[in-house]
Amino acid sequence: MSTGEKFVQMAIAIALFVAVVGVMLFLADRVKSRRGEVLQTTAFVLPSVVMIAFGLLYPMVRTVYESFRNSASTAFVGTANYHHIFTDHDQLIVLRNTAVWVILTPIAATLIGLVYAVLVDRARFEKFAKALIFLPMAISLVGASLIWKFVYDYRATENAQIGLANQVLKTLGFDTYRFLLTGPWNTIFLIVIMIWVQAGFAMTVLSASIKSIPDDVVEAARLDGVSGMRMFRFITVPMIRPSLIVVLTTISITTLKVFDIVRTATGGNFGTSVLAYEFYVQSFRSFNTGLGAALAVLLFLLVTPIVIYNIRQMRKLEAR
Amino acid sequence: MTTTTPEVTYPPAAEIPAAAKAHKALTNRWASTAAVVIAILWTIPTAGLLISSFRPQRDVQTSGWWTFFTDPNVTLDNYKSVLHGSETDLATYFVNSIVITIPAVIIPISLATMAAYAFAWMKFPGRDILFVAVFAMQIVPIQVTMIPLLTAYVNPPFGLPQLAGGDAPGGGFYTIWLSHSIFALPLAIYLLHNFMKEIPGELIEAARVDGAGHVRIFSRIMLPLMMPAIAAFAIFQFLWVWNDLLVALVFGGGSLDVSPLTVRLAELSGTRGQDWHLLAAGAFVSLVVPLIVFLAGQRYFVRGLLSGSVKG
Repeated sequence: MSTGEKFVQMAIAIALFVAVVGVMLFLADRVKSRRGEVLQTTAFVLPSVVMIAFGLLYPMVRTVYESFRNSASTAFVGTANYHHIFTDHDQLIVLRNTAVWVILTPIAATLIGLVYAVLVDRARFEKFAKALIFLPMAISLVGASLIWKFVYDYRATENAQIGLANQVLKTLGFDTYRFLLTGPWNTIFLIVIMIWVQAGFAMTVLSASIKSIPDDVVEAARLDGVSGMRMFRFITVPMIRPSLIVVLTTISITTLKVFDIVRTATGGNFGTSVLAYEFYVQSFRSFNTGLGAALAVLLFLLVTPIVIYNIRQMRKLEAR
Repeated sequence: MTTTTPEVTYPPAAEIPAAAKAHKALTNRWASTAAVVIAILWTIPTAGLLISSFRPQRDVQTSGWWTFFTDPNVTLDNYKSVLHGSETDLATYFVNSIVITIPAVIIPISLATMAAYAFAWMKFPGRDILFVAVFAMQIVPIQVTMIPLLTAYVNPPFGLPQLAGGDAPGGGFYTIWLSHSIFALPLAIYLLHNFMKEIPGELIEAARVDGAGHVRIFSRIMLPLMMPAIAAFAIFQFLWVWNDLLVALVFGGGSLDVSPLTVRLAELSGTRGQDWHLLAAGAFVSLVVPLIVFLAGQRYFVRGLLSGSVKG
């Protein structure tokens, strides 16, 4: 397809959409009776509900069903796929890596975001300082992975280095290191990329939360002789606790679904695969539908309690 | 950043906010150093790749980007060859990214605004249950939907036209547009519903008494009032779609005709992993649009972030 044809296709799609919705609303508006109400409601709600039912609800049920069937989905295999995930050597590494990701990323990103938010609060260059940390949020994880792959680039010690990390090692007198190839630590170096991206999110939310602590609380504490580091620990942190939890859980959810970084940086090789990446490989590379579906269901089961907790905390925050 | 000693005596002023207190507590020399170190660590990786994208190929491959400051050579060749070179041809993928993103923002936001209006201001049986059901769909990770959804596109039910494959209408863009739209709906409906609810009910009642139907109230009163919220979500959706890799990979069917920049870059990173002059320029070709959108709409973006627009 040429560039022109692509834009034509895009224009057709948008025009089609606008026309269908427009006609639907126009017709619904014409009917001025009790039945008109029903028609209008249908026109407003039905498209979304049908799409969600077709694109989320039905596939979800179907995937749960597939996860109990074999690789080509021709016969029931009971819980064999799940059994495989929890016994196979490679799959256990995937589970281990996923656990390391989900534990390290939220804690590190939140901690860095919190410290930075406090440090630059009311500083002279606050806006600029925040933008520096925040920009990685806007770019793709593929772009972020490329940026860091370049930092980690490996050349033998005696050669000129083009990767910053190995140049630092060399300057300090160490041998250069294959950051992305040497297990099990390569997973940590991939996690660094995610922390780099997520710290900006933590910083923004926590900074807003810190600024909203009421002054009289601080004043009361001050009259009681609380100050310095203890003020931070006993006043600031408890006051922003709900936001802290929202940030931690949100980053956990994002991290559980991490896919782009692993695929771009290592392709899941060298023992760096994680749940969401393994799902992709099994489903769309190895065409093992049963195992892929089981991995997706496991991801679903892991995400669900965190999402529910996250939403409940968010509601509490909104109620304040 | 000020460098004060921790033993500083607090001014007698009555209103010292907690942040200022904590700020003081941490703003000793070590704390300032920490902030500067974080800022540098967060900036340098990007700066390194940006500088490399403007250095000649030979320089990039034989010396570190930090030598640029002692031996500055600037060229635009990397951008020329990455955009129009026959092997990379990123210009084509740039077009694909635009063609994918625009409908994938317009469609879900229009539908979500309508549904949010219905859930907020129309009365119909089962409304609350339906709303909770839509809201609950946020839990579903998109991975869980992918295999059955792809099957449905390839072998559609009820004799509907095939959406994936070579003969598909629109060359295969429809599967990507539709998937992105579906995945955006639950969160979009929920957030826009929250904003809608804040609009005073008297406004709608008054319009109804004057004989205005729902369609007119929606288009004349609601849409203008909702514009900030719609803008916030539009920016989010734009960044998600533009930066997405997984949806494009799975539903683009590996066809290069409909692959966005992210798919192409990820592939180049595997096949041309050592051609850093190309990868650097390619990375910034893909970063420039989201950065512009982000900087232009930062106000809306932050507001959306604080109201919980975080999708997985």
